Amino acid sequence: MGLVDKGRMPKPLTHLFNLGRSYSLWVYQWGLACCAIEMGAAFGSPRYDVMRLGVIPLPASPRQADLVVVSGTVTDKMAPAIKRLYEQMPEPKYVISMGSCANCGGPYWDSYSVTKGVDQIIPVDVYVPGCPPRPEALLEGVVLLQQRIKNEDMGARWRGEGTKNLVKHPIVVGGGPVE
Amino acid sequence: MTDLVDRQKLSYIAAQAADARLNVELETEGMTLNIGPQHPATHGTLRIIVRLDGEQVVWADPSAGYMHRGYEKLTEVRTFPQVTSLINRIDWLGSFANEVPFILAAEKLMGVEAPPRAQWIRTILFELSRIANVSLFLGDLGVQLGAITPVFMAFRDREYVLNLIESATGGRFHPNFDRIGGLKDDLPKGWILETRQVMKKLRNFCDEIENLLFGNAIFQIRTRGIGIIPKEVALQYGLSGANLRASGVDWDLRRDQKIPLAYDKIDFKVWTHPDGDSFARCWIRLQETREATLIVDKLLDGLPAGPVMAKVPRIIKVPEGEAYVSTENPLGEMGYYVVSQGDLGPFRVKIRTASFNNISIVPWVLRGVFVPDVITILASLYFILGDIDK
Repeated sequence: MGLVDKGRMPKPLTHLFNLGRSYSLWVYQWGLACCAIEMGAAFGSPRYDVMRLGVIPLPASPRQADLVVVSGTVTDKMAPAIKRLYEQMPEPKYVISMGSCANCGGPYWDSYSVTKGVDQIIPVDVYVPGCPPRPEALLEGVVLLQQRIKNEDMGARWRGEGTKNLVKHPIVVGGGPVE
Repeated sequence: MTDLVDRQKLSYIAAQAADARLNVELETEGMTLNIGPQHPATHGTLRIIVRLDGEQVVWADPSAGYMHRGYEKLTEVRTFPQVTSLINRIDWLGSFANEVPFILAAEKLMGVEAPPRAQWIRTILFELSRIANVSLFLGDLGVQLGAITPVFMAFRDREYVLNLIESATGGRFHPNFDRIGGLKDDLPKGWILETRQVMKKLRNFCDEIENLLFGNAIFQIRTRGIGIIPKEVALQYGLSGANLRASGVDWDLRRDQKIPLAYDKIDFKVWTHPDGDSFARCWIRLQETREATLIVDKLLDGLPAGPVMAKVPRIIKVPEGEAYVSTENPLGEMGYYVVSQGDLGPFRVKIRTASFNNISIVPWVLRGVFVPDVITILASLYFILGDIDK
């Protein structure tokens, strides 16, 4: 893997790696509030069946996960725990912020105890709006993230440039085409 | 029955002994185990700190507040119609049921009563949200005990109920359908027929769960005689809902109090169980889900015609006064104490949620149990974090 270290990755190999990474996303479910049930419906129910997208929603620990879905209200008491578990995830890692509460505070925008958006503490790649979003919306967020992973330059990510780009242009489900 | 009591007594004595041993120096040292705040068995973000002696719990302390969103303060800066959009996120599985007591309290203050059809539809949606809530509990119960199949079945059949709620109210999860003086809309065309079919499916689901889960030997071994809450203790800790009925107290607000809902127009059975153990609590919930489907059927039979909205002013100002209305929500008694000073919004709202009281018994009931039973007992007590932390 010396080539990757130097940031020179042959294109076919990049393609192959990205294909593998995008279709074996291990999702750590960070279920916090109402959205956790819709996330459970998307990930656990036979109607939506997320595994057909190559997503495995059952890692036992954040150390095995590539993707974390923060679903629900992030409170100020919970925020340190989220930060800590995000830091335990190995790179490359992605974050889906599910629901209005995790995006920006949602209906609790004027509450004294709610963090107004999980993006204040961890970088977010995909925003899924809704209160709560339908399971289909979450699945679309996953699919859009997979598209982006497929087009990613692995060398750039290795050099630490990839994350910057992602956070600069986050994906918003229902918010236009993905670059 | 006697050996069950003996077991609880023995474990209590063992706990006492362990407690005493911990205080003696040069003895085995206890261990503190932290469950949560993010743990699949806690239905969200409850944190429970348990002190162990070997495999036995000596002391347990639930630490709530990880989902505190400040509802009581937020209601003070919302108008009355806006409050319902906020409060149906308290118990997020049975959303519609949260709106009803608040609306009833506001109606009581205003001296308005919803027309009969609105009351009946309210009751139907109330029971549908109970089914949506408790059916997920029945599925989740399996996961806590290591059986993964029931949760798939629960999610499969719960979707039908959510579709019904969505087609009637427009909201799949949070309907925000209840208005002061009635409902936003009438039922859509064909809804009643569809509901009857879904209720049949849900009864099948209850039968499946009863055979698959409740008839399972492992399930019975792990829940029978575990986490017994006697009648007196349950009343002392202010338990309500199925947790109280499982301890043999015949108390159901749907039947026992007079509120402007359609429960007094129909007959239904209130299930109780004498044992008070984990199995009883789960069994009561299963029976109640089945009873709720029957209630919905009976209500659909007698659904009166007429308007769904009483005459209320366009800008709602609630006159000065105080009112407390509580209903039998899926988790237990949920009540709103509304204080109004004649403004557009409430002056103060105190929310009495069921899970907060139900979880307060955890330090008592977890004393002396074994570590695997902690999860069973927590699962059978059935709480929702939004309902605890408000």
